[in-house]
Amino acid sequence: MTAADASVADVRRPFVGYLSDVIRRQAWLGGLIGLVAVLLIFTKVIQPTYDAQGIQFLAVSVLPLALAAIAQTIVVIAGGIDLSVAAMMAFTSVVAATQMLGRSDEFSVAVVVAVLVLGLLLGAINGILVVATRVADIIVTLAMSFVWAGCALYLAQAPVRSPRPWLQDLVNGAVVIEWIPKAFIVLAVTVVLVWIPLRWSRFGLAMYAVGSNKLAAFRSGVSVGRTKILAYTLAGLLAAIGGLALTAIKGQGDPLPGGFTLASVAAAVLGGVSLAGGRGGVVGPLLAVVILSLIQTDMTFLRLNSNLATVAQGVILIAVVMLGSLTQLRRRP
Amino acid sequence: MTVQTQVQRSQNVGGMLARLFRDQPLIPLSVLLVVLMATFATVNPEADFRGYLATTMRTAIPLALLAGCQTLAMLTGGIDLSVAATASMAGFVAASLYTGPDTLWIAIVVALGLAALVGVINGIGIGVFRVHPLIMTLGMGLVILGAANAWQLLTVRTRSGVPPELRWLGSATEFGFLPVSLLVFIPIAVVVIIGLRRSGYGRLLYAVGDNPIAARLSGVKAWQVLIVLYAISAVLAAIAGFLVSGLTNVASVTLVNPRLLPSVAAAVIGGTSIFGGRGGFSGAIMGALILVVADSLLSSLGFAEAVRQILFGSIIVVVAAFYSRLTTES
Repeated sequence: MTAADASVADVRRPFVGYLSDVIRRQAWLGGLIGLVAVLLIFTKVIQPTYDAQGIQFLAVSVLPLALAAIAQTIVVIAGGIDLSVAAMMAFTSVVAATQMLGRSDEFSVAVVVAVLVLGLLLGAINGILVVATRVADIIVTLAMSFVWAGCALYLAQAPVRSPRPWLQDLVNGAVVIEWIPKAFIVLAVTVVLVWIPLRWSRFGLAMYAVGSNKLAAFRSGVSVGRTKILAYTLAGLLAAIGGLALTAIKGQGDPLPGGFTLASVAAAVLGGVSLAGGRGGVVGPLLAVVILSLIQTDMTFLRLNSNLATVAQGVILIAVVMLGSLTQLRRRP
Repeated sequence: MTVQTQVQRSQNVGGMLARLFRDQPLIPLSVLLVVLMATFATVNPEADFRGYLATTMRTAIPLALLAGCQTLAMLTGGIDLSVAATASMAGFVAASLYTGPDTLWIAIVVALGLAALVGVINGIGIGVFRVHPLIMTLGMGLVILGAANAWQLLTVRTRSGVPPELRWLGSATEFGFLPVSLLVFIPIAVVVIIGLRRSGYGRLLYAVGDNPIAARLSGVKAWQVLIVLYAISAVLAAIAGFLVSGLTNVASVTLVNPRLLPSVAAAVIGGTSIFGGRGGFSGAIMGALILVVADSLLSSLGFAEAVRQILFGSIIVVVAAFYSRLTTES
């Protein structure tokens, strides 16, 4: 009875009510945007010379982690976790660098396409193994991280220098005005091409359904296995884009995976994605990546010990998640 | 008719094997270990087998301790990703505080105390504030790493290397094949194994992991269990850190990091479920031994590091898949 009344009230609620509803629901996102703004202003105050150059540097430095965070977000929403993101990035980055070495620009474009396909393949293998073996996602992807890192190491024992001017031009610098870095455009294009179609498709809905309640999703006719495999496949694609970004930015392919895996999990969680699955989006994690990077920048500008940045990241991670779970506890009846 | 009985019999044999593996995972794991070691001995007939045993045990013991941390956490449905940072920190703090034999105890006690503090904070975060164990221990790992790095900058001039006592403990061998680190490891292993099986606290760990709601309704205060659990885990990690720094004669704040993911793998190979409620420390010890032996076998067969990693990952997937097949069938 009361529930029905509430829903009627919801329908009749005027625009202001709708707005407050959106604000309430997007409070987390709003907080993150506010934090980014505060950090940017703070950066400008402590370092008056921070300008478009700084923004461009920021964009380039966050690009690989941002792509890893999108990959992680997709898998976590579908109820899994992918600990092989960094290894896939290293593998695809090394493949790109070794295959482009000494070839023509036309060939290197083909390599980029091939690497993207390779990423889809790696992700699909992860997903199929998770579904087929029925082993916990965290264990399968942990084991596969050894496999993909081994593949990277098999191709190259040391970083392979293979700079491609056209690839570097794709991420460095700015477009139209100096305040719009190309790296942000790359990120935006990726989100528009991968995330938005996903979010509004049947599959996207299935992904949220599987993540929030596997059994209910199954009983509603969702193919749980196929949904999970597709989520991991997309994560593989994004990891490959991240690998290409690494190759583009550094002009080389490094077979040793960076710390992107755990950082991507941290960014996803800070961005409001629930590790239990079924909740969150990509905008939050992307903002979280920017926040983590800005904190590090500010620590450098303040000439603080860079180790304090590591401590701060850990404390922020724990504190934010604690805050989230406390609000969750209170909401529970 | 005969075909049917044959099929039945083979199913019985298969079922028996499955039950054996499920209920007594130590037996098939020991068989696997012996097969791996025998393969090593056949491949390297001229190798000094006693020395090989000593090296294997010396390398496996710290890994087994870390796998024990993961096992305890996984029994409650958690995971402890801060063990590597805690272990490295403990080894580093012990080395930096050590100035002579009479300061050894201070160094050890301070390092263990710091580790226990880390564990209690982990436990409070996970048990009281309900932070996901993965995130809590990951965050703590970052905090420890940063703090230890800062500590390193402060103490860089007074540092005097790994204490010789820890070097002896981590790397010395008696009678040609018994590593001294067994002196530390055997008592810990006995206490943990018996404690998990026989003590009330051990039962609580399984109860909380197997069915947290049932445990809560039976009057178990999960937060108390978790705080003690993560404190124990951190202390075990610190001891592993002493042994690793003694073994490698290095005191660095990232020393133990490469052993973090293998420690999870060893616990899984040992039959502990990441979902909680199933597993034990003896399995983790076997898991650690198998990983170390497999690694040395692969490298003695001349496989490159790359191929070793690929095989390593594949072995983990196959063993874990095998376990999940067995346990979901029942």
